[in-house]
Amino acid sequence: MEQLMMVLIGILVSVATYLILSRNMIRVIIGTAVLSHAVNLLIMAVGGLKKGNVPLIGHEEEPFTDALPQALILTAIVISFATTALLLVLAYRTYKTSGSDDFKELRGMPDE
Amino acid sequence: MNNIIVLPLIIPIFSAVVLVFLRRFAAVQRLIAFASMLAVSIISFVLLELVRKEGILKLDFGGWKPPYGILFVADSFSVLMVLAASIVTLFCLLYAFSTIGDRHESMFFYSFVLLMVAGVNGSFLTGDIFNLFVCFEVMLMASYVLVALGGEKVQLRESLKYVLINVVASSVFLIALAYLYGTVKTLNMAHIAERVSEVGQDPILTLVSLVLLIVFSLKAGLVLFFWLPGSYVVPPAAVQALFAALLTKVGVYALIRTFTLMFPHHPETTHAILGCFAGLTIVLGCLGALSSRNVLKIAAYNIVISVGFILIGLAVRTETALAGSVFYLFHDMVAKALLFLLVGMMVYLTGEKRIDFMSGLIRNYPLFGWLYFLAMLALVGIPPLSGFVGKVLIGKGAIEAGSYVLLFLGFASSLVVLFSLLKIFLSSFFGETIITNEDKKPLPKASMASLVSLAVCIAGIGMGAEQLLAYVQDAVKTLANPSIYIDAILSDSDSEGV
Repeated sequence: MEQLMMVLIGILVSVATYLILSRNMIRVIIGTAVLSHAVNLLIMAVGGLKKGNVPLIGHEEEPFTDALPQALILTAIVISFATTALLLVLAYRTYKTSGSDDFKELRGMPDE
Repeated sequence: MNNIIVLPLIIPIFSAVVLVFLRRFAAVQRLIAFASMLAVSIISFVLLELVRKEGILKLDFGGWKPPYGILFVADSFSVLMVLAASIVTLFCLLYAFSTIGDRHESMFFYSFVLLMVAGVNGSFLTGDIFNLFVCFEVMLMASYVLVALGGEKVQLRESLKYVLINVVASSVFLIALAYLYGTVKTLNMAHIAERVSEVGQDPILTLVSLVLLIVFSLKAGLVLFFWLPGSYVVPPAAVQALFAALLTKVGVYALIRTFTLMFPHHPETTHAILGCFAGLTIVLGCLGALSSRNVLKIAAYNIVISVGFILIGLAVRTETALAGSVFYLFHDMVAKALLFLLVGMMVYLTGEKRIDFMSGLIRNYPLFGWLYFLAMLALVGIPPLSGFVGKVLIGKGAIEAGSYVLLFLGFASSLVVLFSLLKIFLSSFFGETIITNEDKKPLPKASMASLVSLAVCIAGIGMGAEQLLAYVQDAVKTLANPSIYIDAILSDSDSEGV
């Protein structure tokens, strides 16, 4: 199962890289969102997908699932949610003031 | 009992939240922001004394013993950084009072500054690498807003690039953390250090450390500084100074912490790469500083040069060099803030950014001119001022380790720094004045107070180097012997079994 996950993560990372390298603002932002999903899956996969009991005192005898990756992913999701929201607002405002969503046209003057 | 450690994080966050509700009362906002930063400065000074007396302090949140819970650790290195960050923020706020304008003040400017400082202090104090990521994000999120606040065309354009680069870097940071967790199954920095030294730093761990190196290099502006000159010159001067003093330095702190505590076992790979990066950064930064005629860009490239210079100390990794790095880092936070505030004031007074269009400022504003001269001397490293001791120690360390190339690059960069800053001084401060007495803008009093205070700090750090070195030596003792740090964190939990 982990191997399958790794292939999926690889595909997601390549998609994200492709999107981030494009010139269109929205595609770049979607690329960062896909990348953060890939990373979340990676954290899940390295934590191990084994089935086990809940990690509670009183269940020490049975093998239990590592709960930490879930906590990490939850934090990472919240953070990427906030940054993506901010990015979208910034992109919208930039588009409004500059009149362009193409990064090539947003390079700026050499020494302003 | 060690609850004082968390105050440098809690006080700014709490004040920031309170300030949100005081949007219409600019004077109250100023007072609260200033008072809370003053409190944090005093607390960090008390903390520094406490750490020197009692050794490393830690606070386990929720009573979870390490390595299970998240914890804050105060050793001399981190508390020195917190102290410098708090003092710099205090004076940048003082500068902002008279220059930032109503529009910023009513758009929660002080809240965002305080939140950024909370993130910075959290990054310095945390003992858990995932918590480091979270504190980085808190700091970055506030900085994203501070770059864009004002909403000018150029600000929005640069902020978008700045945010995107940092978002990608954060994802890479998480990838590194995922592999690190997969390999050593822990996120507590002391515990990681212990496990890495137990199992030996195998190629996978070295690879993870290199991914972390890339991430922190991006944040610190080490080699990967292409984003820095663009995004650091667009916000108002007070914000620029805060960025220059704090953001890249957090990256440098993270690099030093990672490669002294967690991954010090394969210096022939990691530290060699760090050395190459440091050298390359210095050369590229110098080229940038020499080629530009925009005062803000010159100052921004000076940040890059100093980041390279500080990391020479980490790359050669003798105790003397590390002491130099810590000392220089402390000095550089204060001096870079002063440089950016001075440069920002030049832009405010003349309305120009290119040095060719400014002239004779020292005739109109003598004190201001001499303050610039003082800051320049400090950044170059002229003896009684603060840059000197750090440069000498890093140089001495590089000689001990036989890294003559880095030594040469480091000291050659001082000349370039001198040249680039002197270029500003000669063409903008000397010469015929272009400002007539009628057009002369008065210098804002609060801003002058902050400039003078920072200059006094620089002179104080230089004159009182002996006292400061005592703390620096204590910090370096921990950096050079990771076991002190590891024992302080993990000692009382070993008996319970891991």
